[in-house]
Amino acid sequence: MSALPSLPAPTVAGLARGLLNGEYSSVELTRACLDRIAAGQPALNAFVTVTAEGALAAAQAADDARAAGRAGPLTGVPIAHKDIFCTEGVRTTCGSKMLADFVSPYDATVVSGLKAAGTVMLGKLNMDEFAMGSSNETSYFGPVRNPWDPALVPGGSSGGSAAAVAARLVPAATATDTGGSIRQPAALCGVTGIKPTYGRASRYGMIAFASSLDQAGLITVSAEDAALLLGPMSGFDPRDSTSVDSPVPDYMATLGDSLEGLTLGVVREFFDKGLDGDCEQRIREAIAVYERLGAKVREVSCPNLPLSVPTYYVVAPAECSSNLARFDGVRFGHRCDAPRNLADLYSRSRGEGFGAEVKRRIMTGTYVLSAGYFDAYYLKAQRVRQLISADFARAFADCDLLLGPTSPTTAFAIGAKCDDPITMYLNDIYTIGANLAGLPAMSLPCGFAGGLPVGLQLIGPHFSEGRMLNAAHRYQQETDWHLRAPSVWA
Amino acid sequence: MAPSRAVGVGLNMAGSDMAGTDSGWETVIGLEIHAQLATRSKIFSGSATAYGALPNTQANLVDLGYPGVLPVLNGEAVRMAVCFGLAIGARIAPRSVFARKNYFYPDLPKGYQISQYELPIVAEGVLEVVLDDGVRKRIGITRAHLEEDAGKSLHEGLPGLTGIDLNRAGTPLIEIVSEPDMRSAREAIAYMKKVHTLVRYLGICDGNMQEGSFRCDANVSVRRRGAEQFGTRAEIKNLNSFRFVEKAINFEVERQIELIESGGKVVQETRLYDPDKGETRSMRSKEAANDYRYFPDPDLLPVLLEPAFIEAVRATLPELPDAKAARFVRDHGLSDYDAGVLTASREIAAFYEDVLQRVGSDPKLCANWVMGDFSAFLNRDNLEVGAAKVDAAHLAGLVSRIVDATISGKIAKEIFEAMWESGASADAVIEQKGLRQITDTGAIEAAIDEVMAKNPGQLADYRSGKDKLFGFFVGQVMKATGGKANPAQLNELLKAKLAG
Repeated sequence: MSALPSLPAPTVAGLARGLLNGEYSSVELTRACLDRIAAGQPALNAFVTVTAEGALAAAQAADDARAAGRAGPLTGVPIAHKDIFCTEGVRTTCGSKMLADFVSPYDATVVSGLKAAGTVMLGKLNMDEFAMGSSNETSYFGPVRNPWDPALVPGGSSGGSAAAVAARLVPAATATDTGGSIRQPAALCGVTGIKPTYGRASRYGMIAFASSLDQAGLITVSAEDAALLLGPMSGFDPRDSTSVDSPVPDYMATLGDSLEGLTLGVVREFFDKGLDGDCEQRIREAIAVYERLGAKVREVSCPNLPLSVPTYYVVAPAECSSNLARFDGVRFGHRCDAPRNLADLYSRSRGEGFGAEVKRRIMTGTYVLSAGYFDAYYLKAQRVRQLISADFARAFADCDLLLGPTSPTTAFAIGAKCDDPITMYLNDIYTIGANLAGLPAMSLPCGFAGGLPVGLQLIGPHFSEGRMLNAAHRYQQETDWHLRAPSVWA
Repeated sequence: MAPSRAVGVGLNMAGSDMAGTDSGWETVIGLEIHAQLATRSKIFSGSATAYGALPNTQANLVDLGYPGVLPVLNGEAVRMAVCFGLAIGARIAPRSVFARKNYFYPDLPKGYQISQYELPIVAEGVLEVVLDDGVRKRIGITRAHLEEDAGKSLHEGLPGLTGIDLNRAGTPLIEIVSEPDMRSAREAIAYMKKVHTLVRYLGICDGNMQEGSFRCDANVSVRRRGAEQFGTRAEIKNLNSFRFVEKAINFEVERQIELIESGGKVVQETRLYDPDKGETRSMRSKEAANDYRYFPDPDLLPVLLEPAFIEAVRATLPELPDAKAARFVRDHGLSDYDAGVLTASREIAAFYEDVLQRVGSDPKLCANWVMGDFSAFLNRDNLEVGAAKVDAAHLAGLVSRIVDATISGKIAKEIFEAMWESGASADAVIEQKGLRQITDTGAIEAAIDEVMAKNPGQLADYRSGKDKLFGFFVGQVMKATGGKANPAQLNELLKAKLAG
């Protein structure tokens, strides 16, 4: 692997400059990415589908557009999409046997937005089945491995996105975050992840897990790259009633703003006994960096935040039990052989098509919505969700952004938590709150513990992506953690 | 039943009033009416809603429930539901919420139906029905909510297989849920017809029952007269004609009474009406019923309605049947019955008013012609009002010739039939067939003289006191004049001549 040619620049911003200056063509860049993907796939399993032919054609079209003077800032930049986004004419599996052969007849709005901006799709990235998992071990297509240590998980559910960016197979990838599925793998793989405000990017064409929590976002090397890519994938979509009709700001314009006078709230509840000591130390060091940058730091409390995991594991399964009902073997997806009758068609198609974690959540969700249990579980969880939102709202009365760890520990071993769903679920203890409240949040590399990356989490008020990206970018100008790559993949 | 078929049957309720007249039992009925809203596109997608297209040609990815697709609410469906709510004096919810009703069925692509559950768009309305004995009764409407229709399962021509047609999936419906206020099948039919009339007046539903645009489920129970508690109810599903509703309810009432009187117990269950056998049969019991696991649909925002929007919709409401009927009684001097029949269909009422305006007098005569021959011929030929060759101008022309005594009412029926077939005006038919009424005294007297001369025996009898023979002479003179003699003149002249 030492012979593996590296990409001409690690970031989207750098590659965009190279394309603009004519240092290389999009076809050349795309070939380089495809070579790295081919070399990395056996070790990392980050991709489910590589669309080499389509990528080269799109790259050629990008080069032609540039020659014709019609290039935008992202024209010809190769990226890859999490396999939860529908891509026209390309297999879209959602990490499941259920959709192993499903070719989508349409593009998700996020995909068409990034396509319209001129990006080149390299392929579809592995993920936990239907985005249900925190380790990428629930994928029907096998676990993704962490580029920092192939014995470890990359985190999940956007494990393929995080691993591919961390190993520099692709400069950036789309991802989705329902309870931490962008931020946790970004932290575990040492890359930058952003989950925008709920409703900032359209959910149309993003296969639903939990509709009130799902949000499309990005995994990139840098905050600047996230700022470059976030605009084209965001905005109101008339096909998604929950997308928000408010203008998308120019995130690049405010990226370099001073942090003088910024108030950062350190969330007390994030520093619980579950947080690894070395990880905590890295977070404290990051806080010191912010203080040097002129930010005021104060401690805040969100007392209901410790209830976020149980709340999430009622709301998300409830919605998933209904969202996944359409996979019934009738119109698309896996269908069992020779069904004897309708009940047999349903039970065998679904029994064979879904994996254990998906079934566990469908059953949990069906239970909490059932007559006699609805009030005690679903309604109560919705009330707690309100309390958690109110905690955040109170905190933002005194702070511009909140800060804390992304994950309690660094990456763990593949197989270590597979038999214990509760321990696995606790991985998302710091990330779920932002989903329940619909808030934008990021994870930034902030150092290493035991040689493995640690993630710093920022959480902002609704639609504060600009300020959050600004704070992340300024941090990344002071540090170079985000530019560290595993030596084998550098 | 085609819309025109409802003409003239508005308040004529046939059939027996089973338990209503029965000794010790009282029937309790509540209806859930499903009315398809006449929007061009579906409630949550842009697909067309037209009936009768080839299977699955009006189903897009949203209707098919494809991975990743999302529903977007059709504002026109909301407007129509508000129209209905205002027309029944109901409360329009400033905030209503779509919920998912979860169950598996092949014609339900998403595995859930988007409906409204705890917070419907329309609540607490009332409709007054007039029964055929003239008694008025108020029927409470608990709620009306928006929801999407399911697709259809097809079995014909597919031996051993079930076909799925999703053209209907996502068609907007309002489900109108009544209070258990009806006490007989006839009351239920009167209420259902009233709703049927209303939704067509409002232009929110085509009312086509054969195509399933208007159908209902009936909740039926019986109790001992005087009992305070309702009996256990059975729900009869998917009744798509007034006749079936009546037959199904009457069968069900009889079944429940017989069951209880023979020592059995009614179980709460869903039953299907079999129109071929004229009976209901059990579909599933309450125990086997689905737990629908309703919860608010996270893909759709709550529907928030501003008072200004509601008032703007109110301003567009047409004159409603009750108000129109009251005006016909007050301003035209029609009977309650006639006004009720005419206003049962907005098209018929408009046609009557058009005829009346053209004639300029004699509303009762105009009404009789519209309700009588005109409606009868429409029904006979299964035509809509606008499709008949006789339009309002033609019918007004005919009525005018009766009013000005050019023709008799009896001849007019013959003329009408010719008009119906040919599309010609009344005057053209009168001229062509020479049917102008004879009002020339001389001509009538000549005919009388001739008849008297031919019938000396009858004349003698009459003059010796057999008054009843007057009718004989009228008939003979009419026959001699081809029915064209002016009846009033004939009477007068004949009386004088016979008297000698």
